[in-house]
Amino acid sequence: MFNFTVRRLLFTIPTLLFISFVIFFILDAAPSDPTGNLPLTIPPDVREKIRASLGLDKPMIMRYLLWCKQFFINEPLNLLDQWGLHLGDPDRLRVISFQTRSPVVDMIAERMPQTLWVVGMSYVVGVMIALPIGIISAVKQYSWFDQLGTFISMIGFSVPTFFTGVLMIVVFSTIVPRDSFFWFPSIYDTTLKVTDWASFGAQVRQMAMPVFVLALYNAAQISRFMRASMLDNLNQDYVRTARAKGLRERTVLLVHVLRNSLIPVITVIALGVPQVFGGAIITEQVFKVNGLGQLLIIAIQGGDIPTVQTLTFIFAVLIVLFNLIADILYGILDPRIRYD
Amino acid sequence: MTDTAIDIKPQRSQWADVWDQFKTHPGAVLGMIFFVTICLLVLFGPLLWHFSPHDMMIRDRNQGPSWVHPLGTDQLGHDAFAQILAGGRVSLLVGVTAMGISIFLGTFIGVLAGYFKRLDGLLMRLTDLFLALPLLPLLLVIIMLFRDTLRMAFGPETGIFILIVFVIGITSWMQTARIVRGDVLALKEQEFVLAARSIGTPPHRMILRHVLPNVMSPIMVSATLGIANAIITESALSFLGLGFPSDFPTWGKLLQIATERMTLNPAQVMWPGLAISLTVLSVNYMGDGLRDALDPRIRGR
Repeated sequence: MFNFTVRRLLFTIPTLLFISFVIFFILDAAPSDPTGNLPLTIPPDVREKIRASLGLDKPMIMRYLLWCKQFFINEPLNLLDQWGLHLGDPDRLRVISFQTRSPVVDMIAERMPQTLWVVGMSYVVGVMIALPIGIISAVKQYSWFDQLGTFISMIGFSVPTFFTGVLMIVVFSTIVPRDSFFWFPSIYDTTLKVTDWASFGAQVRQMAMPVFVLALYNAAQISRFMRASMLDNLNQDYVRTARAKGLRERTVLLVHVLRNSLIPVITVIALGVPQVFGGAIITEQVFKVNGLGQLLIIAIQGGDIPTVQTLTFIFAVLIVLFNLIADILYGILDPRIRYD
Repeated sequence: MTDTAIDIKPQRSQWADVWDQFKTHPGAVLGMIFFVTICLLVLFGPLLWHFSPHDMMIRDRNQGPSWVHPLGTDQLGHDAFAQILAGGRVSLLVGVTAMGISIFLGTFIGVLAGYFKRLDGLLMRLTDLFLALPLLPLLLVIIMLFRDTLRMAFGPETGIFILIVFVIGITSWMQTARIVRGDVLALKEQEFVLAARSIGTPPHRMILRHVLPNVMSPIMVSATLGIANAIITESALSFLGLGFPSDFPTWGKLLQIATERMTLNPAQVMWPGLAISLTVLSVNYMGDGLRDALDPRIRGR
């Protein structure tokens, strides 16, 4: 297992480098110009100088290597600096945004908490709803609860988050009167500091709608998996054996069947984490949460290549990382699986 | 049967069995009826409906439902029903075309990887690489960066249509490729393939005559789910403002425009959103029913 983990970890390094090159290549091949939004009155030679100051006059491979150096060497060193560990020259070049001229990693760090709170909370809530629904649906197959649960999960699976989100805003922010208990704010306020119970309540209220929308979507997918996995295990011989030796039905279901059914579901949950980050781009846009997704959209619209490159690469890192975590978890949880 | 005993049962094809099983799934049948209705409405509706999506009745803007405008009108006095019909044409066309590209690519790569051992490693690493790409961010980036060039080359509507369809197609083939590869690998071990090979069937005829017909069922299931996926992706792109030009209605675009004026006219949010959701729901139910119907283990029961 340890060998496998080390081998996979080593293999992720070329994979990630290749992905970062592909992203860089797509961004570079695009006929877009970061000076395109500047006024037309700027003379061509000045425009050339602006492009040179952004480093765009160098050949593509040089710019890619420069980005690699900035992202993989300078940024981690800078992080060490902040923790009080000084290595090398302190004024090294960081990945700088074209738009704001500030380091991209700082911008990402500023926006990370909002995304993590909303997205992370919605995933936790989604899993907590999905598991019991999936379990009960499978145990009571074809009952009214199963029919209803399957139907709702089909709806949650099919209705896009940008419609559920907008629908909730229409109902809970515009139709419901402002002073009612059921009124919820449609715009996420990042400046809100949680200091007392009142501000805590406000924070819960402003998180309620985006979290609910994303949680419904996640729960729909996971509960389908949970139900299918439980049904697969319920017909196995070991369940009959457990019943035959006179174990209580509770023990059979919650100890024997559930533990075995959770193995594939846990890997599905791990694999879903990066997709949730991607899907949150839309929900963040609907509820005006100024998280990573919104940063990406702003950067794309402004032709801010370093920000787009870094953000997209971080999403890719998440995908590769959670694929690895899912594989390792699968090996740990299921003793039948051995990779070596 | 060689003797004279009369075979009472008429000859049944595999597809008749599949259809019989499909009919027993009420959700799938309802979904299919709904999807066919939507397709017919969207195809022939604009020819019959007495408003064109570009008619601007500026005096009648922001109206609720009435006999003249059954779904009301938007902020410029466009008839909402005509807009939904016109938007549905584009959304469904994008869905079907993008699904076609993705199924073609997925089947092609899956069959190649499964049938030719030498290509397997390379093609599967390519599939893994595509699966590791963050798709929605990349879709946004590609569309944002390339749309002006394509607009200039093919005109504003066709250019963006080609771009969106192409981009959705080349980013959603991976699941199909994996499923098809697995099935082809299993098929290759079967005896009829060995028999066909022993009489000297060349690889291309092997694939077209023997392999492809036998992997049709997973391809059909991923095709239905692919339509749903493509419709949602296109709407999401349009919703984020990166889709078709603003005077060119699609369901996602209509939803985005209505969202900006939500406080003024909340009803207009409902129709495009409902259209997307119900279409995707019906397609997903069809996919579910098809999966059950094409699974011989379930069909026998």
